[in-house]
Amino acid sequence: MSSQEFVIDVRGLTKRFGDKTVVDHFDLAVPKGTIYGFLGPNGSGKTTTIRMVCGLLKPDAGEGTCLGFDVLTQSREIKTNVGYMTQRFSLYEDLSIAENLEFIARLYQLPKRRRRVREALADLGLSERARQLAGTLSGGWKQRLALAACMIHSPSLLLLDEPTAGVDPKARRDFWDTIRRFADDGVTTLVSTHYMDEAVQCDRIAYIAYGKKLLDAPTKDIPAQVGLSGYSIYADDLSEAQRRLKGAPGVDVLARFGAFMHACGRDKPALSRAVDRVRGLPGAVVKEIEPGLEEAFIYLMAGVEDNFNGASA
Amino acid sequence: MISGSRTLAVFMKELVQMRRDRLTFAIMILIPIIQLTLFGFAINTDPRHLATAVELKDEGPLTRSLLAALKQSSYFDIEHIVSTDEEGEALLRTGKVSFFIVVPQNFERDFVRGDRPQILFSADASDPVAAAGGLGAANEIARTAFAADLPRLRPKLAGAPPPYDIVVHKEYNPAGVTAFNIVPGLLGVILTMTLTMITAIALVRELERGTIEALLSTPVRSVEVMIGKTTPYIFVGAVQAAIIMITGRFLFGIPFAGAPVALIAGITVFVFTNLMLGYLISTVAKTQMQAMQMTFFVFLPSILLSGFMFPFHAMPGWAQAIGECLPVTHFLRIVREVMLKGAGLSDIAGDLWPMGVIFFVIASAALRRFRRTLD
Ligand SMILES: Nc1ncnc2c1ncn2[C@@H]1O[C@H](COP(=O)(O)OP(=O)(O)OP(=O)(O)O)[C@@H](O)[C@H]1O
Ligand SMILES: [Mg+2]
Repeated sequence: MSSQEFVIDVRGLTKRFGDKTVVDHFDLAVPKGTIYGFLGPNGSGKTTTIRMVCGLLKPDAGEGTCLGFDVLTQSREIKTNVGYMTQRFSLYEDLSIAENLEFIARLYQLPKRRRRVREALADLGLSERARQLAGTLSGGWKQRLALAACMIHSPSLLLLDEPTAGVDPKARRDFWDTIRRFADDGVTTLVSTHYMDEAVQCDRIAYIAYGKKLLDAPTKDIPAQVGLSGYSIYADDLSEAQRRLKGAPGVDVLARFGAFMHACGRDKPALSRAVDRVRGLPGAVVKEIEPGLEEAFIYLMAGVEDNFNGASA
Repeated sequence: MISGSRTLAVFMKELVQMRRDRLTFAIMILIPIIQLTLFGFAINTDPRHLATAVELKDEGPLTRSLLAALKQSSYFDIEHIVSTDEEGEALLRTGKVSFFIVVPQNFERDFVRGDRPQILFSADASDPVAAAGGLGAANEIARTAFAADLPRLRPKLAGAPPPYDIVVHKEYNPAGVTAFNIVPGLLGVILTMTLTMITAIALVRELERGTIEALLSTPVRSVEVMIGKTTPYIFVGAVQAAIIMITGRFLFGIPFAGAPVALIAGITVFVFTNLMLGYLISTVAKTQMQAMQMTFFVFLPSILLSGFMFPFHAMPGWAQAIGECLPVTHFLRIVREVMLKGAGLSDIAGDLWPMGVIFFVIASAALRRFRRTLD
């Protein structure tokens, strides 16, 4: 392993399907023990990148290491030490919960296999339903089973592709607590997600759009890097406020946050002029705010579409 | 380095899935029974009242006795009396009649003189089962027909061979495949069809359900997947073979003349080869539908060019060349030699090793085709 202890260290990863470049010269350096968030709109290439990192897809270009092993030539060594959770449920629906775990445990040739499976079942709280077929689990429970399965061999790197999609809030909290605990023990995690409350919990975030990495920074620095100013707006008729602000010059992000409307933009004077339009509304309260991660990503996702259209035109 | 425990993992998983997939399992067991019963039904039928054309070039009392005996036998329904050979042959060729019988000119005179006149029985043997009954009865029919007249016309000949010849022509299927040929052949065809099909969907199913992604993200090797995924079906093949053999023996009285060990060796290599062939298809196909179509693509020549349907040596050279590359061709020879002709292990070696070669070619092709990535 290199001296900086990068668990994942890839440069220029590129993947084409047909004539479409799905991942374009992607660099990533993930230090040991970090939780690295991987964000990007649908179809931006997150799953494809993760698959290349763990040796499930052969990159068309690029190089690098994962856990110190070459991603191009040592995929078997990588697979042995990585826990990869697929975005789509990919365990066997016609095997029981216990049989699935047992199968995976056997493939990793785990010592004390039975005990590991029993413990995994107990951690999941599924000991009583061990004989239930995986296909009959609810969506969230399938997700939790898949997570348990990819962790059963105690990998030192977790690649999790939207692990909490469809999982209830309590289980999501438990999941993030687990990841955090693992991180303290030195386990590295690369996790893709569309949830902002999860993104904030990451140490660093890489943001990808149309196969290109646009942002890679510590989570807390991201709003500042994007450079948004913002206002929180309240009015008796919030829809009217929305209508007045929509498309106004200077307003790059307009989104409801609970009972409030957040209007953000990079051009502060223009934004402030635009916000003046709603000050006269009945019950209007306008407050300057520090835009957070979610506003930053809404801004990024809206902007990239323009970028992409511009680039392809 | 192959890991036994990983292979075992795939094997056990496949076994559990096979057990849960009751329908497929039932089909595997039912196909041989149904096929055999259907064919057996055809074998068992003793077809009678088949349309017959006769040409009588001699109209004496002997001929009339023969005609009466033919009608009496109930095998032959005389529907056409023709006056030329061409007429009768045309009827046979177009399938209007199953038999064409010719009584030669001066039959009675030659009969009395001892010139051994020939009665010609031509049969449409494209349906060998139908033809066999009537042809088998021909000698007996003639004997009873002439029994009453024989002492009077040829008093000295009691006990000697009959003073005429029955000449039998099987048209369109000279080898005259019979019941005993069909059951051993069916063993080969059923094993080919079911075993190839079952492993043909082995990997494709994982691809379609998306489980291949989890499987490939583990350190499992392609050899381990291949062995683990095919071996559970050896049991299926063994059960099928046993069913067919037992049914053949007790329902149709198929003889078993040779060494059991030779047959077991043949079946084992054949089962392995078919499973591997299916697995190879599985590494090529993208959907279960494609896998089925490719299985059929293999299945057709296996029926047509293996010697199951047509006598092998009557086929044109190119067809024989293709046939030699099909495992079922060699298997059919082995089974027929062992069961019907009493062959032992050393006798079938000449067909065992080509099957082994085919197995290794297919297995290495499958290993090369297996993708360890999702590309
Ligand atoms: N096997 C494939 N063949 C062709 N195109 C593919 C294939 N896999 C992915 N793609 C394309 O690559 C692009 C990126 O897909 P990918 O699954 O990596 O996106 P993603 O960021 O994971 O999206 P999501 O958030 O929806 O999961 C998409 O446009 C997709 O259609
Ligand atoms: Mg994805």
